[in-house]
Order: sequence, then C-alpha cells, then structure tokens
Amino acid sequence: MSGQVSRAEERAKRSEGPSASPLRRRRLLQAWAPYLFLLPFMVVFLVFLVLPLAYALGISVFETRLVGGNVFVGLDNYARAFGDASFWEGVRRMVVFGIFQVPIMLGLALVFALVLDSGTVWLRNLFRLGFYLPYAVPSVVAALIWGYLYGPSFGPFTQLAELLNFPAPKFLSSGWMLASIANILTWEFTGYNMIIMYAALQSLPAELDDAAAVDGAKGWQIALYIKVPMISSAIFLTVIFSIIGTLQLFNEPKIMYALAPQVIGNDYTPNLYAYTLAFTNQEYNYSAAISFLLGAVVVVASYVFMLVTNRGELRGR
Amino acid sequence: MTSLAGITTSSGKLQRKRGVNTALLFIFLIYSFLPLFYLIVSSTKSNAELFSTFGLWFTSSFHLFSNLQEVFTHDGGIYLTWLWNTAYYSIVSAVGATFLATIAGYAFAKFRFRGRTLLFALILGSIMIPQTALAIPTYLLLSKVALVNTPLAYILPSLVFPFGVYLMRVYTEQSIPDDLLDAARVDGAGEFRIFFRVALRILAPGFVTVLLFSFVFTWNNYFLPLIVLQEPALYTITVGLDAWNSQASAGGGAQALFPLVITGSLVGIVPIIFAFLFLQRFWQGGLTFGSLK
Repeated sequence: MSGQVSRAEERAKRSEGPSASPLRRRRLLQAWAPYLFLLPFMVVFLVFLVLPLAYALGISVFETRLVGGNVFVGLDNYARAFGDASFWEGVRRMVVFGIFQVPIMLGLALVFALVLDSGTVWLRNLFRLGFYLPYAVPSVVAALIWGYLYGPSFGPFTQLAELLNFPAPKFLSSGWMLASIANILTWEFTGYNMIIMYAALQSLPAELDDAAAVDGAKGWQIALYIKVPMISSAIFLTVIFSIIGTLQLFNEPKIMYALAPQVIGNDYTPNLYAYTLAFTNQEYNYSAAISFLLGAVVVVASYVFMLVTNRGELRGR
Repeated sequence: MTSLAGITTSSGKLQRKRGVNTALLFIFLIYSFLPLFYLIVSSTKSNAELFSTFGLWFTSSFHLFSNLQEVFTHDGGIYLTWLWNTAYYSIVSAVGATFLATIAGYAFAKFRFRGRTLLFALILGSIMIPQTALAIPTYLLLSKVALVNTPLAYILPSLVFPFGVYLMRVYTEQSIPDDLLDAARVDGAGEFRIFFRVALRILAPGFVTVLLFSFVFTWNNYFLPLIVLQEPALYTITVGLDAWNSQASAGGGAQALFPLVITGSLVGIVPIIFAFLFLQRFWQGGLTFGSLK
C-alpha cells in the first residue's frame, strides 16, 4: 500500500514541476527516437553482415601453416587467386552462361508482361499466377525435379526418345550441362521478372494507349517505342539482379553435382569453388580471398552494365 | 452502318489476336507446370515403376500413400523433424526479421536524422554481397562462440533482411501521412506509443508482405543452413532432400530412395504453394511497391 502511495505522490510531484522539463524530455526523446527504432536492426546488421565481412577481409590476408600457425601474408592470397585457373574458368563459364540465359529469360519476361498488360489475351490471371508459381518452389527442389526429368535412367525425355528410336538427349553430359542449368534458372525466374515488369507497366497511365492509338500507332509499336522506354528502370533492375545472381550461382550446380559428379567439378562455378575450398580443403583464408574477388567481379560487372546503359537511361527519362 | 461494320471487323481481329496470344502463352504455361506435374505423377509411383513406366503419366497402381508413409517413417521419421525445423526456423526468423525491418524502415521514412542517407545506402548496397562471402565467415564466427549446429546459427543471421527495410521504408512513405503523426504528437503521444498504436495498424499489409517474403526466403534457403547446420537432426527440408538425393544417386536406384526424394519434395513445397496462392495479393503488392521507387 505504502509503495503505491509514494509512487502516486511522485507522479503528482512530477506533474507539478516546471512545464519546460517534460517538454524538453520529449524533445530529447524525439531526437533519439529514430536511432532507437533503428537500433535492433543495426545490431543484427553489424553482427551478422558487417562483422563477417570484416572478418573475411581480415583472414584473407593471413595463411594458416602447419608450422607457425597464422601468418600474415599480405595480398598473397589475392595474388594466388588472380593466377588461379579454376577461379577464372568458373567466372568465364558464368559469363558465357549469363550472356545466353539472361537475355532469353528477360526477353520472355518482357514479352509476357507486355502481352498481359495489353489485355489482348484471355485467362490473364491464370497466366500471371502460373508463370510466377515456379518462383515459390525452392531452388533445391527445382533442381531436383529437373535433374530427374533430364535423367538418363528414368527421365521422360529419354523414355520418349527410346520409344521413337531417337538417340537419347544427353542433358547431363558436359556439352549440355550449362544449357540444362540455364533452363532450370529460366524456369524459376522468368515469372518473377515478368511480375516486376508487369507491375511497372500497370503503373503507367491508362490514357497512354488511347492517345497513341489515336495517333495511329499499332499495339506492338506502342509497346516497343513508348512502354518499354517508360519502364526502363524496372528492366534495368531485373538485369542487375540477374547479373548478380548468375555470377553467384551455387544451388543448382550443387544439386546437379550429385547427379553428374563427373561433369560438374568442384570448381564449376566460382561460388562452388569457394565452398569447396572452405569445407573440403579447409582453406578458409584462401576461400575468403576468392569470395572477395568474386564480389569485386560482381561489382565490376554491374558497374560496366550501368556504364553501357547510362546513355539509354538518360534518354529514357 | 459502315462504322458498325468497322467495329465488328476490328473486334473480330481483336478476337483472333487474343486467340493467338493465348495459345502462345499457353505453351509457356505448360512448361511452367510440367515439372510440378511430373512431381505429382512420380509421387504416386514405386521405385521400380519410376524406372519401368512412362514418367509423365500415372500408372494403374497408386503408391502415393505408401510413399508418404515411407517419407514420414524413413530413418526414424527424420523428415518430420526436418519439416518441423524448417517451420520453426522460418516462422521465428520471419517474424523477427519483419519486425526489425518494419521499425527500421519506419525510422528511415518518418524521421530526419544525422547519417540517414549514408546508413540507408549502406543497407541497400549490402544486397549485392555474394552469399559465400558472408556464409563462410559467419560459420567461422559462430563456431568461435559454439553456436554452430544450433537453431540460432540459422535463425540469427536470417534476421538480417535489408530488402525488407527497403520495402517497409517505401511502404511507410506511401501509406502514412506526416500530418497524422504530427496530430498524434500534438495530442501528447510519445514516439513509441505512436508507432505501436497508430502506425503499425496502417502498416499491416506491408508487414504481411515482408513477412511472407522473409518466410519463403528462409523456408527455401539452402546455402546457409547447409553450412551452419551439419547435424541431420537440425537439417531443413532443402538440406535434407539434398542429402537423400545424394544417397539415392550414389546407390543408383538400388536402395529405393528416389520415391523418398520425390514425395519429400512434394510435401516440402505444399506449404509454400499454399502461402503463395492464398496470399498472392501480398506477393504482388510487395513487387509493386518494391520495384520502382
């Protein structure tokens, strides 16, 4: 009881005090409020993103030796990475992969988005949902299903070929593997990219079509010369995400490795190589250097793309 | 009369165009559904039938239930553990990540403070960082504090969702007028009270969208759990299915493990497909307000 009374008295005393004090307190709190709102996120951001990154950078300039333990080696690991054929072969493979796969995927996505947006199609909702559905499937499961579809032992394509007396398509052979993985990525992400472009198209003013049609423009002309430039920033975004995703490819080749270990080496993609270095060879220091070099390649590739398209972007605006 | 004829021909043309476009898109729709159809068909077959019958159609026998039973009892019912693990990790980290992203996004949208532009640029830029560059040092750091092979090893790093911060910032800017907050301030409400009593309710649709994104992301993730959870009892579905597949492929079908992988895959994507179909409004909402601003 007495505790309650004293608390009530305290409260009364506080409200009697000079009126500037609580106001000042509130001002102070308001100045601090954004930082308090940000604090929880910034803590996990620092601990689980900035810290690991800094740590990786730190260990990448060391080397663990049997004799002598951790030794500072400066940029030796990076020098080794620069001359590492496995790493660059992986990068080259991903560049080739991206040059073919990204335009096909994004081209299809753009065409579908334009067709759905133009309204010259039936069953619009079915297509929109159906194309997007594969994106909800985990990449591991997507790679597993396609791997079985490709499979030489019970894949339906092989069965069909045998039935028709054709030579069975060797989807999992070294000559076909890259295209087979490209198909999985296309299956997974065409709908996702389509939705991004479709959303951008839907936000364009509706009068656009009417105005252009009055001027005598055909449907495809409106699409190509008016709408595509107007959603260039959304298209740009999908390209950048595709470049980043391609260079970091890991899940699909990792799964395909189990189905065709003699085709997919441990260094098939740069990320797979970094993973193998760390967890099979226990070369954490060198693996960290490889990861950073890959990060640099990603940044350079994105930057080159931005430079190349810069002029078009400006004109589009 | 002439104008009427004009309309009918142009509408006839439109119908033909619609027919052609629909037919073309239908081809891609078949392509989109084919692997899922194959998964459903295959999950009704026994191991021997996978090899002996045509892959893209059902057989007279129906093994779905025995396959399901096999999935849930194999190896002491470990699949159920994986399913439970995946749900547990995904729900906890999605709720946590979404809450952190929401308050951070709100701060970026509704306050002017020192370091705002720099911090936001930093958070956005972090989306570009390769996952290996993070996952491997994360693993090393977690092993230093003995957190590897615990649920926290996967949950804690999954709380970082920079894209969610971005989405919530945009959503807050679009949905909460400054006047509303100022009115609440004039009424004497504190900042946290305003956020929890006024803002959070308005932000609910954006909250659900980010929740869905981070849930699906954690459910489907493979690389991080592969590294930080190396004990089968802690696996997620993706890592577990990969392990089963490796065993099945190594055994060359002798062990009858393929139906396990196939039916396990089907069960593993059912929750995601449902989340996707029932909450599609929120998926698309996220991409709409995320793509352009």
